Amino acid sequence: MKIHKHEVIIVGAGGAGLMAALYASKKADTAVVSKLYPTRSHTGTAQGGVGAALGNMEEDHWEWHAFDTVKGSDYLADQDAVEVMCRDAITTIYELEHMGLPFDRTPNGKISQRRFGGHTNNTTHKAVMRACHAADRTGHMILQTLYQQCIKNKVNFFNEFQVVDLIYNNGVCSGVVAYEVATGEFHIFHGKAVMFATGGWGKVWSITSNAHTLTGDANAICLRRGIPQQDMEFFQFHPTGIYRMGILITEGVRGEGGILLNGKGERFMVKYAPTVKDLASRDVVSRAIYLEVRQGNGVDGQKYVMLDVTPPTVNKYFQEDDARNPDGSLRHLTEHDVEAKLEDIADFCKTYLGINPAKQPIPIQPTAHYAMGGISTDIDGRVLLDEQKTVIPGLYAAGECACVSVHGANRLGTNSLLDLVVFGKRAGEHIAQYVQNVPFPELPDNATDSIKALLENLKNSSGKETVAKIREEMQDTMMDNVGVFREKVGIEKAIAKIHELQKRYQAISFQDKGTQFNTNLLEAWELGCLLDLAEITAEAALVRTESRGGHSREDYKERDDKNWLKHSIAWKNERGVTLKYKPVTITKYQPKERVY
Amino acid sequence: MEKSKATLKIKRFNPEKDNAPHWESYQIEVEPTDRILDGLNYVKWYQDGTLSFRRSCAHGICGSDAMRIDGRNRLACKILFKDLGEVITVEPIAGLPVIKDLIVDMEPFMEHYRAVLPYLINDDPPPPDERYQSPADRAKFDDTTKCILCACCTTSCPSFWAKEEYIGPAAIVQAHRFIFDSRDHGAAERLDILSDSDGVWRCRTIFNCTDACPRSIEVTRAISEVKREMLFRKM
Ligand SMILES: Cc1cc2nc3c(=O)[nH]c(=O)nc-3n(C[C@H](O)[C@H](O)[C@H](O)COP(=O)(O)OP(=O)(O)OC[C@H]3O[C@@H](n4cnc5c(N)ncnc54)[C@H](O)[C@@H]3O)c2cc1C
Ligand code: FES
Repeated sequence: MKIHKHEVIIVGAGGAGLMAALYASKKADTAVVSKLYPTRSHTGTAQGGVGAALGNMEEDHWEWHAFDTVKGSDYLADQDAVEVMCRDAITTIYELEHMGLPFDRTPNGKISQRRFGGHTNNTTHKAVMRACHAADRTGHMILQTLYQQCIKNKVNFFNEFQVVDLIYNNGVCSGVVAYEVATGEFHIFHGKAVMFATGGWGKVWSITSNAHTLTGDANAICLRRGIPQQDMEFFQFHPTGIYRMGILITEGVRGEGGILLNGKGERFMVKYAPTVKDLASRDVVSRAIYLEVRQGNGVDGQKYVMLDVTPPTVNKYFQEDDARNPDGSLRHLTEHDVEAKLEDIADFCKTYLGINPAKQPIPIQPTAHYAMGGISTDIDGRVLLDEQKTVIPGLYAAGECACVSVHGANRLGTNSLLDLVVFGKRAGEHIAQYVQNVPFPELPDNATDSIKALLENLKNSSGKETVAKIREEMQDTMMDNVGVFREKVGIEKAIAKIHELQKRYQAISFQDKGTQFNTNLLEAWELGCLLDLAEITAEAALVRTESRGGHSREDYKERDDKNWLKHSIAWKNERGVTLKYKPVTITKYQPKERVY
Repeated sequence: MEKSKATLKIKRFNPEKDNAPHWESYQIEVEPTDRILDGLNYVKWYQDGTLSFRRSCAHGICGSDAMRIDGRNRLACKILFKDLGEVITVEPIAGLPVIKDLIVDMEPFMEHYRAVLPYLINDDPPPPDERYQSPADRAKFDDTTKCILCACCTTSCPSFWAKEEYIGPAAIVQAHRFIFDSRDHGAAERLDILSDSDGVWRCRTIFNCTDACPRSIEVTRAISEVKREMLFRKM
């Protein structure tokens, strides 16, 4: 077995991991371990933009951004963290620009910005242009730019190394165990500090915008090592995924004027969010679509509605709304705008649906999109062990796998890319400092024994169950029962089903017994992670008897601040899931009713 | 949606068992709008778990699943069954060492990419806000910012097949993205690297790369712009 010794071990090479790597490697010997080539990370698929109150297009203030984020979170976000994010946003975006990020430009050469759901001018309550964008491939540009800078700075990469365990004994974290995909060998990465940045776990659900590889590995590893997860009941369903495929159609489409229409051709969002309408927060729009479908207003009686960004429709509603540009002129959209500003969206529509979105509406349905919960951290990315906020020395997390919490119960669009770069940077800086002052912790004996045994067991199992079947059943039950809407009986059904699947998982077998690129084995291991996360999501959802943000209980329709203005913290062991709670940090913004 | 029958004829190679690659056929039922990637997953999940390929995003953005499908380089997740015949051949992209089934060693490709200094070079102290750039200047390199490093272009290029040291279209596209960025100061250095005997002049303007690009980048055009810039600077 190979042992690699580096002061800092970063697991994951998406936006959060790369940003941290850039900062950590300035001062400390840093290795990035990633199951994918860095540029394959899902950050690259982010489309619409990254939020920052630059005020390049019209008046804006970071305090407005902070308020919108808190309101969007349904008051569950920690306000100190939100303030850090929205304030640091401005300098961090400039910094990305200095690294070479090719943002779109305004006529006078500044970074161009567009409207996005939930981002408003706090005085007029109208949508504000805050999302900095590079066409509709902002995430791609962020990922590329950060990777380019890592090449420039000669960061150490271990690509296609899948981390399968954390070496964590008696409260000390001394590294990770990784499985080299190309050879099947185990490697120990021995470090003074470890940071997780492994992204989300949308693959728990059947319709998702997430990649095949988003399986919550670090979250499951933490749970197995006794490190809890925060706010797991909150998972965001993005309202506009391509029907049946889940591929995301960015909110930027509605930012440019796109309208949601039901089967009767009605613009239904006016009923649910009279002020901002189609640009309401994601949880609000996803619920509205479900309700329309339930009332029989889906298109052709099916489970979808239309997203219409054809200029005649858009311009009709611009006129009706009297929608104006900052200079006072009436807003107007042309086919050329659709093609230029939404190039990738047009490409997806053409490839997967055979339509041109400048001429035809897009069939959409809500798609499982983003994990608000995750590994609990403070604002420097340090992982917290419990509801008392005890810091685990040397363990960090950032990005979608982490929960700071800036997104609370519902994330605003453009705030995840921002979260990655702001908190990735803070964690990277903090780690670099931390490792200066501590020695390498000793590696325990037999650090790889338990994970080796687990993978060997999987490989040698001769049961009758298959990965694909169990995964599909999990995804269907979670979609039906722990999705946009939830209620007691359904959640209980899902929990029972997950328990059944976990049992059957013990009897899975597969054909590939080899050592090289055994993706059969890795898919099986990842399914184990997904099942753990599905279970904990459902358990946390069952106990929270209120509706807040992305967690919408049909049997408890109201938000209940008296009993539930608190974060959940969940542990899992052989006996099941344990839940505890900790208070939300409130600074300036007292909880209010949330209307859009 | 109605299912129909399709056959995936896949070039298989398991380094732990086989001396040479061989073809195997799989009969599957698919919907016309299924991606070839869905078909490969179907085979892997329900018929033969040993079949190996890379994949992640499943919608043409991450660049993991470049392969040769019916003789053309494509992303398996960006081509649908309805757009191909009933029997579809799938093999690894050409010109890079095959490791297992559809998985090739990407390192030689990434090495060429890194060789062109694919990052912004500008040592001037940055302003407190953004560096300004006009929309017209930004447009000059827009096309080449789309590259996802999937290798479809480079591994479709006869000049690359003939000589693996040839830097290849993808690396030139990446160089173009910086050479024409008004904020960058590294153009001379990059052009110097590309004027090497294994640089841009190996391009014979065959256009395979442009046809192969799943991001519709006008690769050949970008290469010509780089060549032109090189000549222009010499004068
Ligand atoms: C389609 C889509 C569009 C989006 N658009 C926007 C947008 O416009 N604005 C916005 O703000 N947000 C957007 N988001 C959300 C945002 O893109 C993601 O939340 C964010 O990119 C996650 O970044 P990350 O760095 O945390 O993880 P990722 O980019 O997902 O990277 C995860 C990394 O971890 C590695 N990894 C995972 N498991 C392991 C393991 N076991 N061992 C080793 N490595 C591992 C992977 O290789 C990868 O490098 C979008 C999301 C999607 C899906
Ligand atoms: S799987 Fe990402 S490009 Fe095909």
